[in-house]
Amino acid sequence: MIAVQQVSKWYGDTRVLNGCSTTIAKGEVVVVCGPSGSGKSTLIKCINGLEPFQQGRILVDNISVGDRATNLPKLRARVGMVFQDFQLYPHKTVLDNITLAPIQVAKRDKTEAEVAAMKLLTRVDLEEHARKYPAQLSGGQQQRVAIARALAMNPIAMLFDEPTSALDPEMITEVLDVMIKLAEDGMTMIVVTHEMGFARRVAHRVVFMDMGEIVEDRPTTDFFEGAVSERATRFLSKILQH
Amino acid sequence: MQRYQWDWGVLFREPYFGWLLSGLGWTLFIAMLAWAIAFSVGSTIGICRTLPNRWLRAIGTAYVEIFRNVPLLLQMFLWFFVLPELLPREAGRWMKRDMPNPELTSAVLCLGFYHASRVAEQVRSGIDSVAQGLSRAGLATGLTLGQTYRHILMPIAYRLIVPTLTSEFLGIIKNSSIALTIGVLELTNQSRQIESFTFRGFEAFTAATVIYIAVSMVALGLARMFERRSPIKGMMTREANS
Repeated sequence: MIAVQQVSKWYGDTRVLNGCSTTIAKGEVVVVCGPSGSGKSTLIKCINGLEPFQQGRILVDNISVGDRATNLPKLRARVGMVFQDFQLYPHKTVLDNITLAPIQVAKRDKTEAEVAAMKLLTRVDLEEHARKYPAQLSGGQQQRVAIARALAMNPIAMLFDEPTSALDPEMITEVLDVMIKLAEDGMTMIVVTHEMGFARRVAHRVVFMDMGEIVEDRPTTDFFEGAVSERATRFLSKILQH
Repeated sequence: MQRYQWDWGVLFREPYFGWLLSGLGWTLFIAMLAWAIAFSVGSTIGICRTLPNRWLRAIGTAYVEIFRNVPLLLQMFLWFFVLPELLPREAGRWMKRDMPNPELTSAVLCLGFYHASRVAEQVRSGIDSVAQGLSRAGLATGLTLGQTYRHILMPIAYRLIVPTLTSEFLGIIKNSSIALTIGVLELTNQSRQIESFTFRGFEAFTAATVIYIAVSMVALGLARMFERRSPIKGMMTREANS
């Protein structure tokens, strides 16, 4: 469903992605990890065209993301994205955050969009907060709203960019629980995260990146138990200490 | 110095009272129309300066630098005396002979386009201060760039800059006095006229001063009311929390 082929990207003279290739099948959950600055966030932002790249190809459902002729808004409407710092619209209620794109982009009827949004809010266990504003919610609640907002366009895949990194420890679980449910429902997901417990539990594959390269791309059990490269071993030992 | 005989009554005698009233009327009239131009042109230019398109950004920058860096008084003369000569002959003749109220029209255009350059900078800084992440969040749900501006960036940006826009409007009211140099009978000009008819300069200019201050206070009060009625609920709460 998503194919990343030999993608390279530069910021000026600095190469941030170096010949990255991987494919994600429908229904697959892939965790992307690696030290900070390894290019993992950049890579998933390339997948929905939020970041341009200079070399290689990315195909999402057989549509080339980097192609000039591609209608990016249309493509992005089909790929949900969740950000590290939630990025909810502060001037809109929770409900309006979720219905904005369905009404404006998918041209859905307002009541219909709101009914669908309420269903999503129930799914992330926040239905009683529909009329609140983002700043009235905790970080974990905001991130669950962000997930609901991304799901509102009925995406074919979901991208998560360190969805729990900005959260207080006690709120991480509530967000991960929603993501686990989503994975179990068969959603295609690419998740940039350091939550190795989550990776072990739901990921089919783990991609390990370092210095802009994909160093490891293996089935989950293989990644955690098999022999991996020295760079990956060093990374794992650092984050698994705690 | 001889003892000055104050005569505040002169201000309330006809025709001088009428002159002050009519001066105030023209001042408000010029300020309102100029504000309409400043707000709409300024918003457009300010938005241009934040767009990805290089050419639009360049046009925006050029506009701001030209209109902001030429003294307002000089601009007033340019609009009134020089522009008609620069235009093609027919247009120039129309401006000088047939344009309704040439002084007034020139004054309104001059003030409007001058203050537009300043409004543009405020709008730009407002948009810039809305986190870039928010526009990314909008784009990621499939909104076009235009929809992202309309539904996310602009509503937040405008509410952030209400205070500076207010002082800009007060600036227009005060700067409208420069229109007297091209013969518009606005408030300052009328008080000068009262002075030359009655030699009551202290009273006349005091009256103008008091009226300007009163008008500014009213405008300020209205802006405060507007600000209080349309807070960004989320942002207010967030500020209170941090």
